[in-house]
Amino acid sequence: MNSQVARDSGILVGVPGKSILFFWVWMIAAAPTFSSAQAQSPQVPATPAQAPPQTPGPTPQPTPPAQPPASAPPDTEPVAPPKKTLALVILDPGHGGADTGARGLSGIKESEVVLSYARLMRISLESQGLRVILTRQANDGPTFDDRSKLANAQRGAVFITLHVSSTGQPGTVRVYSLAQMAPSQGGAVAARAGLLPWDRAQYRFIDQSKRLAELIQIQMAQRFRGSSETPFEAPVRQLRTVGAPAVAIEISSVSLPSRASLDQMGPALADGVARAVAAFRTIYESGGR
Amino acid sequence: MVLGGLVILPGLRQAVQRLRSTPKTEEQERRDVMREPISTPTDVKVTAMMYWLSASSPNSLEATPIQVPLSADPVERSKQLVNALITRAPAKEKQTLPAEVTLLAFYIQPDGTAIADFSDEITSGMPSGILSEELAVESVARTIGANVTGIRQMKILVHGQEAETLAGHLDLYGLFPIPSPTPASPAATPRSTAPTSPTQGKPGSSAPTSPAKQLSH
Repeated sequence: MNSQVARDSGILVGVPGKSILFFWVWMIAAAPTFSSAQAQSPQVPATPAQAPPQTPGPTPQPTPPAQPPASAPPDTEPVAPPKKTLALVILDPGHGGADTGARGLSGIKESEVVLSYARLMRISLESQGLRVILTRQANDGPTFDDRSKLANAQRGAVFITLHVSSTGQPGTVRVYSLAQMAPSQGGAVAARAGLLPWDRAQYRFIDQSKRLAELIQIQMAQRFRGSSETPFEAPVRQLRTVGAPAVAIEISSVSLPSRASLDQMGPALADGVARAVAAFRTIYESGGR
Repeated sequence: MVLGGLVILPGLRQAVQRLRSTPKTEEQERRDVMREPISTPTDVKVTAMMYWLSASSPNSLEATPIQVPLSADPVERSKQLVNALITRAPAKEKQTLPAEVTLLAFYIQPDGTAIADFSDEITSGMPSGILSEELAVESVARTIGANVTGIRQMKILVHGQEAETLAGHLDLYGLFPIPSPTPASPAATPRSTAPTSPTQGKPGSSAPTSPAKQLSH
């Protein structure tokens, strides 16, 4: 700022221009010195629970002479990993909205039947002390990924998707999980930075899903004559993107002459699923198989 | 005239060589693979093992031998087999694929990956359900596996595009393993049609098929 500008602005009137210039040059030259001194002070990453770092006090105190460390107490017991708990069931009535799923000649719609099944199952599961969330409450049509998002936002949950087929022996129930992957493929879906690839999220839970499927299928075989005693494996789209133990239950079929036959299966279906999930919870929380 | 011919001939020869080396355009290649399968004089009538629904067990497939002329070329052979699967089911209730569906194209990549492109009817005409969709894919995979060598896995497209599901349930994301030819069995229950990840197309890296889950009757 020269004396001409100073005169014009009324600022620093009477201060020689050269002194001002020297002042600014000195400031610019001294800036690196200031910034390096600041960098040497300790920095810690801010976390939501921590206060910002404090600047050091103006007068450093003389440090006391080093004391021999007191005998440290013997190592305490190792910290146990957090206990796994299973408290939530995500029920997914398949289809919905414009997608009615399978349709029978008598007008039975898969999307309506599975919603009624889910409501019955909710009651039975809650009686077992489990919380239940439905991926749809009415005739809306969330996408596969919408349903997976809901499931993947939870912890300590299992996922069950419900379907009714067009074919198959009427009055029977099949339970599906995804198939095992080869070890080389399993390595490819290992978590990186704590994240799972979305399109293969289920692959780390296949063993648990299979176990859940076994427990449910056993209950179905006891309640619905003609149902298999062992579950099935199939590439069910909805299961692939769920990062939790997940199974699909398919009931046969919409080809029945009336919906009453399917509705009659509801209570036994709900009870069987609730018992199976309760049994699975015991295994899940104990970390066993 | 002789001199004129000597002058023109090298030019003609170069033009012919240029035409030979000209790569096909994408449209030309698409037309080549979409043309109707042609029965060639080299087709031999053989006994092919086809997999349709079992009459005694509607939840499973049954191997049925039929006489059908098949080409020695794996691509043509596969097309003929899939067409027979669609059109020559012994009875309507044994059909695994919709009768109105068309196989639009069939390719085999050098790594043994087959790509089967079906018309939209495979979705619109397919009975909806995990079981029916699984059996449909299983019937194609087993039929090809029983009668064609060199195909390890199969990708299914619908009208030239990747589809999320076959008819609302079965995942078409990955590749379906093609089983190796096995001795004909009276009934074949649905085994795992576990697809491999689309990024795992290397030889020998396909997911192993799980043992068939027997159904109680």
